[in-house]
Amino acid sequence: MKENSIVNRYDVVVIGGGPAGLAAAIEAKKHGAKSVCVIERDKELGGILQQCIHNGFGLHIFKEDLTGPEYAERFIIELMESGITCKLDTMVLDISEDLDLQILNTYDGFMHIKAEAIVLAMGCRERTREAVNIPGTRPAGVFTAGTAQRFLNMEGYLVGKKIMMLGTGDIGLIMARRLTLEGAEVRAVLARRGYPGGLMRNVAQCLHDYDIPLMLRHTIVKIIGKERIEGVLVARTDEERKPIPGSEELYECDTLLLSLGLIPENELSKGAGVKLDPATGGPVVNESMETSVKGIFACGNVVHVHDLVDYVTDESRRAGKSAAYFVRKKLKENGLLIKTEPGKGIKYIVPHLIRVDNLNKSLQLFMRVREVYPNSRLIVKADNEVIKKSRKMHMTPGEMDNIRIDPKILQQRKPAILSVQVKREEE
Amino acid sequence: MSSEAKEIICIICPVGCRMTAVRDKNSPSGFLVSENQCKKGEAYGIEELTNPTRVLTTTVKINPGIYNRLPVRINGSIPKNKIFPCMKVINKVEVKAPIKIGSVIIENILNTGCDLIASRSMKAS
Repeated sequence: MKENSIVNRYDVVVIGGGPAGLAAAIEAKKHGAKSVCVIERDKELGGILQQCIHNGFGLHIFKEDLTGPEYAERFIIELMESGITCKLDTMVLDISEDLDLQILNTYDGFMHIKAEAIVLAMGCRERTREAVNIPGTRPAGVFTAGTAQRFLNMEGYLVGKKIMMLGTGDIGLIMARRLTLEGAEVRAVLARRGYPGGLMRNVAQCLHDYDIPLMLRHTIVKIIGKERIEGVLVARTDEERKPIPGSEELYECDTLLLSLGLIPENELSKGAGVKLDPATGGPVVNESMETSVKGIFACGNVVHVHDLVDYVTDESRRAGKSAAYFVRKKLKENGLLIKTEPGKGIKYIVPHLIRVDNLNKSLQLFMRVREVYPNSRLIVKADNEVIKKSRKMHMTPGEMDNIRIDPKILQQRKPAILSVQVKREEE
Repeated sequence: MSSEAKEIICIICPVGCRMTAVRDKNSPSGFLVSENQCKKGEAYGIEELTNPTRVLTTTVKINPGIYNRLPVRINGSIPKNKIFPCMKVINKVEVKAPIKIGSVIIENILNTGCDLIASRSMKAS
């Protein structure tokens, strides 16, 4: 690349203007990044929050019960007032390992941006029909829950009147209620496992409140219909979530919604050489939310899928602050390095690496369990020694858990590995 | 109302406590709520037995906004049985862009004592 083709330089460039990007950009500016630029591909900031018109956001950050758009608007106003550059309707095409970004939009055309630090905040996308291989025809009327949500809540189209839903992610549960309120009939919500994927409060207020049947241990084995979907074949599932032959039953419908979970969106990260964790689908990060590429940070659903936007904000504030510290050469790169390791019953732990010298008050480990654990303990070990036990009334893969660790213990013991495992009370 | 215990999943916060609520003459509140992890859960449990309420969020038609729908909310909790009647009223409304977050769209909707307000600002297209 020729030097003269660099049009712009920023201390911190944030990719994505959703909740993660907004919080990271604001925090980077607050902590001394002189120039911050947010790049967003949609026509406005706020990301998916703008289509999440339900309440339940902000209980932790604002101690208020806000809707998605209300939560977003607070951050958008703060961002606008803090002198952060914003490039809307703009795609990032590529990030190089030396932090050069190629971007494209209709007002600048193609341009290079040079960043001192980058924050990846691209969020995630939904699993589609293709991700779960549902056999049958390919008619109209099969949507992911989030697509239907955007159609209904922003564009103003009701996607159907007689609806079947596969999967029990939170977006699906919320859409079941939303479609019912708008006059559609949600015939059933199917979960392949024996427990719902979303939060229990959403099962209660979205399904129970409206008498929408939740069919646990059921799946769809065939989609029927030529132009438009006409029905689905529903089968019971066994312990391994495989359909049981002979248990099929036909459910007529004009729409099938899929709420099968979310995948961190990391095409750009891969291009930049960022190392990913197969368990999360997102970058391997350290205590400062820095990835394996020096100066590239990541936060929010691009790292691991969160249940609550409030936790995305917390994490992204840390990433934004760290990015500013990195630019100001205040992040400590050496010293004691600890690896976290998911033990028995734990699917993943974020962060993956801990540089103890960068910790101040406490270290928070975020994790998901592999299955439902009622009345159990989380056991934290520094190498082979137990340093913390935390009792949990109820853990499920659908709800992220976290545990706080005093950095002093790590400084004293200097372990190589910090592991967390689940122990049932009776064990 | 029966004096049988009711299983309630608390919806106040994402913890989603699985609680039990029952009428109890010996308790000062007249109710006994158990397995809740905080005080808000107790209040919610009692309310679920006596007068269940919910926050209603939906959208209204907006013209000429950057989107076709404006998200709206009721600025408080309304009785559960008022949800569908409110939807009927709300779906007849059309607002003009630009609009500011918090603008009142329907005052004291169906005499609930709550207003329907815009839950975001929206520019005109």
